[in-house]
Amino acid sequence: MNLKDKCAIAGLGYTIQGKIPGRSGMSFYLEATRNAIDDSGLNIRDIDGIIIQPCPTDRSVTAFTLAEELGISLRFGADQQLQGASACAIIQHAVMAVDAGLCNYCLCAFADTSRSAPQDVVYQMAWGTSAAYGMFGVAAHYALIARRYMHEYGITNEQFGKIAVTSRKHASLNPIAQMRNPITIDDYHNSRWIVEPLHLLDCCLVSDGGRALIVTSAERARSLQRPPVYIMGMGQGHPFEDPMRRSKLTVTGAVESGKTAFAMAGIIPKDVDVCAIYDSFTFVVPMQLEDLGFCGRGEGGPFVEEGRIALGNEIPTNTSGGLLSEVYIQGWVGLHEAVRQLRGDCGERQVPGAEISLVTSSGGVLSTHATLILRR
Amino acid sequence: MSERYKKPLPRIGEVNRPYWEAARRHELLLQKCQECGHYRYPPGETCPFCLSDRLEWVKTNGRGTVYTWTVFHQVYHPAFEKNIPYAVVAVELDEGPKLLTNLVNCKIEAINIGMPVEVVFDDVTEEMTLPQFRPVSQRS
Repeated sequence: MNLKDKCAIAGLGYTIQGKIPGRSGMSFYLEATRNAIDDSGLNIRDIDGIIIQPCPTDRSVTAFTLAEELGISLRFGADQQLQGASACAIIQHAVMAVDAGLCNYCLCAFADTSRSAPQDVVYQMAWGTSAAYGMFGVAAHYALIARRYMHEYGITNEQFGKIAVTSRKHASLNPIAQMRNPITIDDYHNSRWIVEPLHLLDCCLVSDGGRALIVTSAERARSLQRPPVYIMGMGQGHPFEDPMRRSKLTVTGAVESGKTAFAMAGIIPKDVDVCAIYDSFTFVVPMQLEDLGFCGRGEGGPFVEEGRIALGNEIPTNTSGGLLSEVYIQGWVGLHEAVRQLRGDCGERQVPGAEISLVTSSGGVLSTHATLILRR
Repeated sequence: MSERYKKPLPRIGEVNRPYWEAARRHELLLQKCQECGHYRYPPGETCPFCLSDRLEWVKTNGRGTVYTWTVFHQVYHPAFEKNIPYAVVAVELDEGPKLLTNLVNCKIEAINIGMPVEVVFDDVTEEMTLPQFRPVSQRS
């Protein structure tokens, strides 16, 4: 029953990314898919399963309308909405579908045009009762959690800033990153407040672009042109949707999703060479590192401040620049970077000899969470 | 007064109507499960602890403490522009549930997690009253 190492990622597709006006969501799914097919060496006719994360700005895209545009009929298809957690969760469903024999080559894809789409369709949280009190937007809900994290464990804006600076430094080594100019801790402190205690440089980017990848059996992957990246462990954990209904704000679904993934992989955090931790906001990185056991409860602040997540140090994290500095294509950014690191394709930012990578993705207001552990 | 009130108002439906009708009477109500005693907010149709549908609206003592807060520095809605910077506060009621609200008669610098607060009522239009909170030390 164990799915450890049963399946692998056999193709990666990127698109042009950043601020790319005039493109439809569908066009990014198609570009990413073509590139994933080329990378894998497969023919589009080999694809017999598709799972997409729906495009936030183009509701016409489904697994089935995408298949239609690709000219293929499917044996397996699904649209999966776990918001930001979709990337790692979709891979889990692809693994289960492939292992069960429901399809052989499962295309997983996402695209977003939120940078260039009209403002009224871009990451606007529906107004609830709290709008009467001036509560708007996603960032404010994260700010409430950040404040509580500061209160319970003494984490500081200085430590948040260190994450922003580290991510930008990593992005400066990534030719496709949206933000490549290095920043200092002073730049962080001087960036404007969005919702206190979150500065502008605590917040992820908003971007246009798409990503695709192909999951197949380990055996099939070994006969393809790129080195297989095996899926060793996977798990999910979903606290309540509304943070105000949780009994504790400073733990995430990573506790459960990490525990399940580590158990399946049969490894411990010390065995991981490189991490891609979902970074919609700076402070959720140390929070998840605590939840996953890379450091103790409440130790995330000092852990990041000491630079232990920087390239060349203990556990290089978000080596592409992540959502804070590479690009915001939700959980796919970390997932693609993890695969690249394990293939040894990261150039100047390559973690030497990286064999095992842990990836997380998280949706809503830390409402949904999925973890993958990958190996080369 | 009501024509000039430009901020968003809560949408009232069958499930939350008793909460807002009580607010107009200057009472803060919560639903309490008649099986297990759990208080729930926001309003719903079952108890998420024991799944009973025997929920009854009961009056709270109107007190709680600040659980966390945030300060808005950007304009998300034009009607709040002149309030910037303003705080949105999560109050943990004595009965357990947390709700998002504002603090009145309290400077932003004075807000602290754990500070005791109590409900006050702001009649924003003829039809709508918003429960707000103030530090308990401030008696009017």
